[in-house]
Amino acid sequence: MKIHEYQAKQILASYGVPVPRGEVAFSPEEAKAAAEKIGGSVVVKAQIHAGGRGKGGGVKVAKDAREAREIADKMLGMRLVTHQTGPEGKIVRRLLIEETLPIDKELYLGIVLDRAIGKNVFMASPAGGVEIEEVARKTPELLFKEIIEPGMGLQGFQARKLAFRMGLPAPAVRGAAQAMTALAKAYEAIDASLAEINPFVLTTDGKVYALDAKINLDDNALWRHKDLMELRDLNEEDPLEVEASKYNLNYIKLDGNVGCMVNGAGLAMATMDIIKYAGGNPANFLDVGGGASAEQIENAFRILTSDKNVKAVLINIFGGILRCDVLATGVVAAAESLKLEIPVVIRMEGTNVERGRQILQESGLNFTVAYGMKDAAEKVVKLAQ
Amino acid sequence: MSILIDENTRVIVQGFTGREATFHSEQMIAYGTQVVGGVVPGKGGQTHLERPVFNTVSEAVEATGANASVIFVPPAFAADAIMEAADAEVPLVVCITEGIPTADMVKAWQFLQGRRTRLIGPNCPGVISPGKSKIGIMPGPIHKPGHVGVVSRSGTLTYEAVDQLSRLGIGQSTCIGIGGDPIIGTTFLDAIRMFHDDPGTHAIVMIGEIGGNAEETAAAWVKENVKKPVIGFVAGQTAPPGRRMGHAGAIISGGSGRAADKMAAMREAGITVCETPAEIGEKVKSRL
Repeated sequence: MKIHEYQAKQILASYGVPVPRGEVAFSPEEAKAAAEKIGGSVVVKAQIHAGGRGKGGGVKVAKDAREAREIADKMLGMRLVTHQTGPEGKIVRRLLIEETLPIDKELYLGIVLDRAIGKNVFMASPAGGVEIEEVARKTPELLFKEIIEPGMGLQGFQARKLAFRMGLPAPAVRGAAQAMTALAKAYEAIDASLAEINPFVLTTDGKVYALDAKINLDDNALWRHKDLMELRDLNEEDPLEVEASKYNLNYIKLDGNVGCMVNGAGLAMATMDIIKYAGGNPANFLDVGGGASAEQIENAFRILTSDKNVKAVLINIFGGILRCDVLATGVVAAAESLKLEIPVVIRMEGTNVERGRQILQESGLNFTVAYGMKDAAEKVVKLAQ
Repeated sequence: MSILIDENTRVIVQGFTGREATFHSEQMIAYGTQVVGGVVPGKGGQTHLERPVFNTVSEAVEATGANASVIFVPPAFAADAIMEAADAEVPLVVCITEGIPTADMVKAWQFLQGRRTRLIGPNCPGVISPGKSKIGIMPGPIHKPGHVGVVSRSGTLTYEAVDQLSRLGIGQSTCIGIGGDPIIGTTFLDAIRMFHDDPGTHAIVMIGEIGGNAEETAAAWVKENVKKPVIGFVAGQTAPPGRRMGHAGAIISGGSGRAADKMAAMREAGITVCETPAEIGEKVKSRL
């Protein structure tokens, strides 16, 4: 789960990471009030779940509260397009109003899981303000790493080592090391799957701050963080994906016209791939789970077909233990109750597959039975044209 | 021959009396797997599916001589179950559970270091040596005894590949679903090493997907060491970056973990790469 910058900063601050003074604003009036409270010039930052906001016009400096109100008025409701939002952009609904700081250096701090060693790794770089992937590619010698030993957290010497390597002046090292230890503590305590402070800044008066913050949370651990679950912002998610998540359907919207309904994540990805290979474009990723019950299939159908781009649907179910006659009955019932009009190609394997195919063919509905994935992909791509 | 499990493997089921565990234990027993008991804390002394239930894994191992365990407990308790099995020195632990918090697996992974347990999974369909034994949730009848080793991060996509092989008359020595999570006990490299050492395995199929770089690591080892034919596929060529595609570990992050890079690494290692999942069986046939 993704959260907003201001939410991430509130969490980090509670663990002792220094952040600029700031407040969230949902209206121009709130922005003005926040700016007055902070005093002097402020930064107005659009809160959307995507990076690259500055370049897209989502980060602006106001010299006083009046100007902060004007900027907020323009920014709220605008469609902010960045390299991470896609061309459709995201509508700005919240702002973070923050004090401005005299910046001397921009650095980078981050924590991520190293899958190969099964441990979290703390990363630091003096090349802050740019994407860390770019640093890793172009100047890997500027990316420093320390392994966080499970159950022990980031040790003091590791934080100091990173601080000195980043070239921080000696008086600032202590504060920086404390901030790093606090970041590592927060990461573990909230079950984060990614935490980044970019930039982590050194001010001209020798202090350090998290100027930006990004935190992703491990979805599998949310059950033990009821308070963090409330930070979910449904406006930031695709409405169809929100709807699908209510039924435990794993759905990701894409921009093609062939709807896919598959059991199992790997097979679902492979189905998208073969649709592309057959000359079509998948409209979505959808994993209905190993069981593929009649109720799941009806929900899946409804969500798939509410995407108006979908011109044909491919159902690819490798049942194994699953009974295909039961599956077919479920598909027919769902198609009838939803008055489905677009063509549906069904490929299924499992027990009683012959009986299942017969049920589909005798239903009188717009079904095409396919044999194997290649046949299924070719048929559905043709029907979607 | 086969790897990891055969007709002599004695299995206990952790979370034995649950609905899923019961269903799949029945299926395993029907397939011929020696399911010798189960573990459910607080239900020790009871009998389930005509087999004894124990309170702890160590009790179960002591009483039954089990040398493998399969875990069906809910995600919140699964990492603990893995550690309990490792503590009881069970040589092979297969964890089916999907949705274990990553932090729990970091802990469990650490616990496994230096212990004699091999973990398969979590978030996997399990292991099957066709005709001998299956530990997991895969459909037994699609498999056929033979000489192709299959290793995959996926469940149903593995069934798809196995089905293609069996239909072409190509049997399997052992099929391993290593799991779709970011931290897994047995990697492609581990599985391929075992298939490489197994005289009963004549060819290897590896089915990868986006996320991480375990496919690349395995491919590099294949290039240096493996003389047997290796056939590969990578799911997720059309997956958008930054999105988790169902599996917790299936995500392209920061430009790494892409299908195209994995396929290139495989080709570079002399692995026969399938462009589509429909041609896995045929490609294997062409290399035998």
